[in-house]
Amino acid sequence: MFGYYIKLAAHSLRRNPGITSLMVLAVALGIAVCVVTLTVHHGMSSNPLWWKNDRVYAVTLDSWDPEQPADDKHPDLPPPQLTWRDAEAVTASGIPQHAVRMFKGYGVISNDGDGGGVRPENSIVRVTSADFFDLFDVPFRYGGGWKAAADAAPEPVAVLSSETNERFFGGANSVGRTIRWNDRVYRIVGVLGEWHPAPTFYDLNNGAFQDPEAMYVPIGWAPSLELESAGNTNCWKPESIDSFAGFLASECIWIQVWVELPDAAARTRMQAWLDSYVAGERRSGRFQRPDNNRLTPIDEWLRINEVVRDDNRMLVALAFAFLAVCLINTVGLLLAKFLGRAAITGVRRALGASRRQVFLQHLAEAGMIAAVGAVLGVALSALGLHALRVMYASPREGFTGLMHVNAWSLGVAVAIAVGAALAAGLYPAWRIGRIAPSVYLKSQ
Amino acid sequence: MLAMRHISKVFRTDLIETHALRDFSLEVAEGEFVAVTGPSGSGKTTFLNVAGLLEGFDTGTYHLDGVDTNGLSDDARSRLRNEKIGFIFQSFNLIPDLDIFDNVDVPLRYRRMKAAERRERITSALDLVGLASRAHHLPSQLSGGQQQRVAIARAIAGDPKFLLADEPTGNLDSLMARQVMDLLEQINEMGTTIVLVTHDPELARRAQRNVQVIDGQVSDFRPYEPHAQPATFAAAAAG
Repeated sequence: MFGYYIKLAAHSLRRNPGITSLMVLAVALGIAVCVVTLTVHHGMSSNPLWWKNDRVYAVTLDSWDPEQPADDKHPDLPPPQLTWRDAEAVTASGIPQHAVRMFKGYGVISNDGDGGGVRPENSIVRVTSADFFDLFDVPFRYGGGWKAAADAAPEPVAVLSSETNERFFGGANSVGRTIRWNDRVYRIVGVLGEWHPAPTFYDLNNGAFQDPEAMYVPIGWAPSLELESAGNTNCWKPESIDSFAGFLASECIWIQVWVELPDAAARTRMQAWLDSYVAGERRSGRFQRPDNNRLTPIDEWLRINEVVRDDNRMLVALAFAFLAVCLINTVGLLLAKFLGRAAITGVRRALGASRRQVFLQHLAEAGMIAAVGAVLGVALSALGLHALRVMYASPREGFTGLMHVNAWSLGVAVAIAVGAALAAGLYPAWRIGRIAPSVYLKSQ
Repeated sequence: MLAMRHISKVFRTDLIETHALRDFSLEVAEGEFVAVTGPSGSGKTTFLNVAGLLEGFDTGTYHLDGVDTNGLSDDARSRLRNEKIGFIFQSFNLIPDLDIFDNVDVPLRYRRMKAAERRERITSALDLVGLASRAHHLPSQLSGGQQQRVAIARAIAGDPKFLLADEPTGNLDSLMARQVMDLLEQINEMGTTIVLVTHDPELARRAQRNVQVIDGQVSDFRPYEPHAQPATFAAAAAG
């Protein structure tokens, strides 16, 4: 019977092309607006390292001013970054399977030698520990990361992003070759594959949707080259800082610290170590605020740092409200159309159609409208996302990665279309199924 | 074939109650051709709707081909209606955007027949009414008489035991009306029971038996007698 219902639906839809187009357009617009907002929201709120959510933690300690919290709006939270010395102590604790301390650096990347015709480029460089690549499961196209010993020495080694390798080496395997960052030459040990985590959860300074760094160098270069952060550095204590060594020993926070703890026991040991470390520091006059030593998993980290803001959620709610308006209009049109055909339905009832069959026949018609609406809606979504990409193409490149129709968007569109068919079709189909055929036969 | 006993049917609104059928009893034997007549508002249409299982009733019993219709679910009533009853309406009630073939197909679809069997039945029904060559015309491309013959083909395609015809010639001229009545008689001779609701005494005279309904009750009930006044006239004159 399903095939028969589809045939009847097609007949019926062809009979009133104007009304049919209006209904399809209403459903399509509603679906498109929902898919666009949900796709962006999903991209913004998703955890790019979800498979490690129970293993990877941001480490935060409250070394801030005893008189006031680091963030007045969230007085319960410790500052989002650590001091150099606390970061060094945490990563040296020996408990995590992997431990990373890092910050965002800045400088000019250029070819080592004659330049090869490629212009030097101002770029963001991540100054980080050797564990960065294993901890965040960063994919490599060529080579790999550096050894932990290269952090301590430090060794002049670097890992390039795929884009940087493309720019300076035309995408060829550049492992073993050299590249210049500012006035120092680094030997390339690895080239990343495509890696565009969105949001860039591991460093939320200056926005959660930045492109990943152009190059990675060992953290050990920070003291010797006196590298400063291109991200945020926040200080609360009036200190006389007259050297870079003094800055490293200060209470200024500027280092992000992440650890990988493979199980609950490791997590408990790490938490106990942090508590003990802070207690020890407190005895020497630091950490005068209440204990707030946190190991925060990624999804919680995204939430407390408000990567998805309330107005984004409001936008999703408004998109669904718009869909509801579209569907209510479709319900009205369908109802008018179905009831306008009540006499024909009466004939079908007289000829043996049960209420259930009449209901299913009309639900199939609503379903067909929703299906066509969904296809058109996905096309409109693609257009909408393209428009957003064009609008936000620069300078916030990180956003553009979120704005594609993908399997997730298509899944959402199908789910919304099924919901829309049910929402728009159920009541009119039920109403038409309840009519007394004799009344409408008489009116023929 | 059809056995109604002491049927009553009341339509209620906030202000009034209308007794459309009251203590209505009628039996129609298998193979009979019965004409039900009566003035406007007498209850003919309500009788037709109840007999066709399009409406329920308040009290009494109604057996159709041995099946007690009281308390049947909507599904069961629809199945019974589909298998046992063929409807012919005054205004044909063809579905305008389906061609003739698909119109005749409608009751067969609800019986979930295989496509080959449906095609065979549709073709033979259209053959019987002489419209096989018009199978892929739309109803609007046919005359009134042809449309009614399509409606008859649709009614008989499922091979029902019982045809309910509601003023089947009401919208036709006399020539076409005669052709339709000839067709009904031919179908009746093939064994199908027919109940014809009409206010036209000329048509009623062609039935084997006339039943007159007045005020929701069977008021006269006699077989048609050639050369005598039709029962409906006699009753009317007596009233």
